[in-house]
Amino acid sequence: MADLTTTFLGITSPNPFWLASAPPTDKEYNVRRAFEAGWGGVVWKTLGTEGPPVVNVNGPRYGAIHGADRRLLGLNNIELITDRPLEVNLEEMTRVKKDYPDRALIASVMVPCEEKAWKDILPRIAETGCDGFELNFGCPHGMAERGMGSAVGQVPEYIEMVARWCKEATDLPVIVKLTPNITNILYPAEAAKRGGADAVSLINTINSITSVNLDSMAPEPTIDGKGTHGGYCGPAVKPIALNMVAEIARNPATHGLPISGIGGITTWRDAAEYMVLGAGNVQVCTAAMTYGFKVVQEMISGLSQWMDEKGYTKTSDFIGSAVPNVTDWQYLNLNYVAKARISQDDCIKCGRCYAACEDTSHQAISMSADRVFEVKDDECVACNLCVNVCPVENCITMEQVPAGQMDERTGKPVPADYGNWTTHPNNPMATAAE
Amino acid sequence: MTTTPRENGIAAGRLAGPVLQENFCDLHAPLDAHEAKVAADRCYFCHDAPCMTACPTSIDIPLFIRQISTGTAEAAAKTIFTQNILGGMCARVCPTETLCEEACVRNTAEGQPVEIGQLQRYATDRMLDRAHPFARAEETGFSVAVVGAGPAGLSAAHRLAMLGHQVVVFDARPKAGGLNEYGIAAYKSTDGFAQKEVAWLLEIGGIEVRNGQKLGDQITLDGLREDFDAVFLGMGLAGVNALGLGEDKSGVMNAVDFIAGLRQASDLGSVPVGRRVVVIGGGMTAIDAGVQAKLLGAEEVTIAYRRGQQAMAASEFEQDLAKASGVRILCNVAPVGVTGNGSLTGVTLAYTDTQNGKLVVTDETFTLPADQLFSAIGQSLSGAPEAVTLEGGKIKVDENGHTSAKGVWAGGDCATGGDDLTVTAVAEGRDAAMNIHTVLMGGK
Ligand SMILES: Cc1cc2nc3c(=O)[nH]c(=O)nc-3n(C[C@H](O)[C@H](O)[C@H](O)COP(=O)(O)OP(=O)(O)OC[C@H]3O[C@@H](n4cnc5c(N)ncnc54)[C@H](O)[C@@H]3O)c2cc1C
Ligand SMILES: Cc1cc2nc3c(=O)[nH]c(=O)nc-3n(C[C@H](O)[C@H](O)[C@H](O)COP(=O)(O)O)c2cc1C
Ligand code: SF4
Ligand code: SF4
Ligand code: SF4
Repeated sequence: MADLTTTFLGITSPNPFWLASAPPTDKEYNVRRAFEAGWGGVVWKTLGTEGPPVVNVNGPRYGAIHGADRRLLGLNNIELITDRPLEVNLEEMTRVKKDYPDRALIASVMVPCEEKAWKDILPRIAETGCDGFELNFGCPHGMAERGMGSAVGQVPEYIEMVARWCKEATDLPVIVKLTPNITNILYPAEAAKRGGADAVSLINTINSITSVNLDSMAPEPTIDGKGTHGGYCGPAVKPIALNMVAEIARNPATHGLPISGIGGITTWRDAAEYMVLGAGNVQVCTAAMTYGFKVVQEMISGLSQWMDEKGYTKTSDFIGSAVPNVTDWQYLNLNYVAKARISQDDCIKCGRCYAACEDTSHQAISMSADRVFEVKDDECVACNLCVNVCPVENCITMEQVPAGQMDERTGKPVPADYGNWTTHPNNPMATAAE
Repeated sequence: MTTTPRENGIAAGRLAGPVLQENFCDLHAPLDAHEAKVAADRCYFCHDAPCMTACPTSIDIPLFIRQISTGTAEAAAKTIFTQNILGGMCARVCPTETLCEEACVRNTAEGQPVEIGQLQRYATDRMLDRAHPFARAEETGFSVAVVGAGPAGLSAAHRLAMLGHQVVVFDARPKAGGLNEYGIAAYKSTDGFAQKEVAWLLEIGGIEVRNGQKLGDQITLDGLREDFDAVFLGMGLAGVNALGLGEDKSGVMNAVDFIAGLRQASDLGSVPVGRRVVVIGGGMTAIDAGVQAKLLGAEEVTIAYRRGQQAMAASEFEQDLAKASGVRILCNVAPVGVTGNGSLTGVTLAYTDTQNGKLVVTDETFTLPADQLFSAIGQSLSGAPEAVTLEGGKIKVDENGHTSAKGVWAGGDCATGGDDLTVTAVAEGRDAAMNIHTVLMGGK
């Protein structure tokens, strides 16, 4: 059986599944139960400066987006960092780490953007026996208004500066947690690297308003008639986060910088996708908040079954495997031709592919009086929309038209050679081939 | 005096009141808001949806289900009522397993259709205690007579009133509703739903219902043609086919009358039923009579049908319902005699056989002990006016629902075409009304 043991920044945990810094990791009671359930590590709920802790709202702090069957697809929150005293958290962390030496325990930290604040607190936290630090530059609400969280994460110079202070203050690994609320993730990632950070973790939550109450005319969650933007997470953010992870992994300046992947990871498959795109391990929050700590058991069994099937014996066998296949649009092979194929045996005749293609795509699906749906090869541009809207998985597939065979749509044979936009005759900037 | 299920003969009150109440409650409990949401989520919003094609009234099913799932059940109800003003009753009585739900693509996908009927009930139930959703067009000055206040007549009347015509509905019976009131199984239409629905439908205005007015008796077709600009006949099938057996014995009656008596009883404990009941027939009426006899406390109920099970007009769902209620279904047997002196004591059945495509009764017989026999071998047209041509025992109509007599339309069970179902009657009444409107407005 595959060995899920994963070493990230020299920190070894029995599996790559860590709980992200959030309510699941807010206290000893939770973390002990998480470890009992099988989680490989936790990033403790973000710690702040000593003194009176922050206060949270006393009204609702979550909003949500649901899919069919009220499946939770996206969650948003306006919670702040830990609202429990620093001392209490440190005592609990010390006890937990002592009892679970084989699990990773990372301290998430957010203090004001002053050198002394960071340099004072890290050594103190290190006394708990924690394995490393995660600098929370991500929280997009509340803390940002006080010049912390994403207010720092949005300014690469600050990231670099704080990372440097922290590296000076401790020998433990330092992870910089990135906010996705920026236009280009590479700037903060490169800044973290310049500052000496050992890794980046991403993403934190995305600025969002999940819904508006049409009776009270206020955004949800509503507190006494008012609402504010919150941080969005859960399955809905995975595509955004995956792209950011891939961008960092394939960017020459950051390639090789360890990444802890976060954002919407709900199943073993999500985790594997992050890891093949370059994440050395993953962190999970919403899935645990939706289904409880037990979800990790499916993640563990699923990942190890997949590894066995693929012949991977350890997680490092596949980490980053898909990175070379992430490219720019301009390098995609324009000579590759596919056509949609409908399996008549699997088709349940709902007509959704027809409505989609006829109304909004290329009028490439025919519908007969007795509801037989067929692809017209002379119209199909292989856009994949029908595949995406068909309710039966794998009922419609994309089939490659082999080189040499006629593409009925263009009336030309499919070229055998690779040809991309950079050399395409329609491209005014095309560079001559060779 | 208490009666038990084992009491011989025909007796009322075989079961205690609470048990009867339980037995005759809703066949399918209505969906609550959560159940409706879950059920609605399963709909794929199909293009040119097969379920819609399968619905005789062509309700826009994907649209109304989407309206439910977005929290606007009232809009969903209006979508339903636009096509089918008796959408509430149809939600309860339609054999959905052979109509919309059979066609649902999720039936193909996983053998489990979207619960269209139940969702329709959810939506329509939310509208019946609200203001009537339709308004009448400006008065046209035309008036139309409708004979029969069953589904066909009510549907025609509503559509005509909506289009601005004045309508008078004549019905022979004391209450409006037709078989909705007198025929549908009690557990499909509970809590006086048929009357509530009629009252709600009439809120549109412009419709006068006159009960106790029988065509051929108090009123005549000639008289109606004289007094009104058009006539619609929706008189159903008021006659019953005779079994020709034991009609002289007490305990032998036709199933439709038994059901009507049960539907009209103010106390189910007062409805007499036999200890051992035999029902002759293979359709919905036979099943309904058998099941309701059982629910009233009959100890043994047997439905005897002369052909094979596949030939039964009752759907598989109805047959299963009968079996689940403890009713025995015997196929390939035909009644050949009854025993008893004054009161029925048994029914003699002979096995049947199909030879050269013809059903023959063999000599092999057996006798079932029985103290009640219901015949449910079909209804027939009765009292049709002479002016209209009949075909196959029904009033002959063209594709517009027009009869052979000028200015006279017909629809529902009494007319040719379509299945004898509530929903078909609604569709035919509505479509005839549209044609009446076209003719009246064009022909002025
Ligand atoms: C026992 C039974 C159970 C059934 N169960 C179902 C079911 O579960 N689902 C389903 O879809 N269908 C069912 N049906 C069929 C359904 O009830 C009919 O198809 C439907 O009622 C036909 O509607 P209609 O308006 O044509 O006729 P009816 O409902 O029969 O209405 C005809 C009306 O005309 C009146 N009338 C008759 N003659 C005259 C006259 N001479 N003058 C004045 N008025 C007259 C009658 O009093 C009656 O009110 C059932 C039928 C029966 C008998
Ligand atoms: C209620 C809530 C509170 C959070 N608090 C923190 C926090 O204190 N520190 C932090 O770094 N991230 C915090 N996050 C962000 C998560 O750690 C994580 O980055 C994000 O939810 C994306 O992962 P997911 O899609 O698996 O939930 C919080 C998320 C939620 C839902
Ligand atoms: S791939 Fe696109 S163009 Fe081709 S049939 Fe499907 S929807 Fe139409
Ligand atoms: S969407 Fe899929 S199931 Fe529906 S008609 Fe098209 S191919 Fe068939
Ligand atoms: S066929 Fe089924 S899934 Fe499709 S629209 Fe009708 S109810 Fe919905």
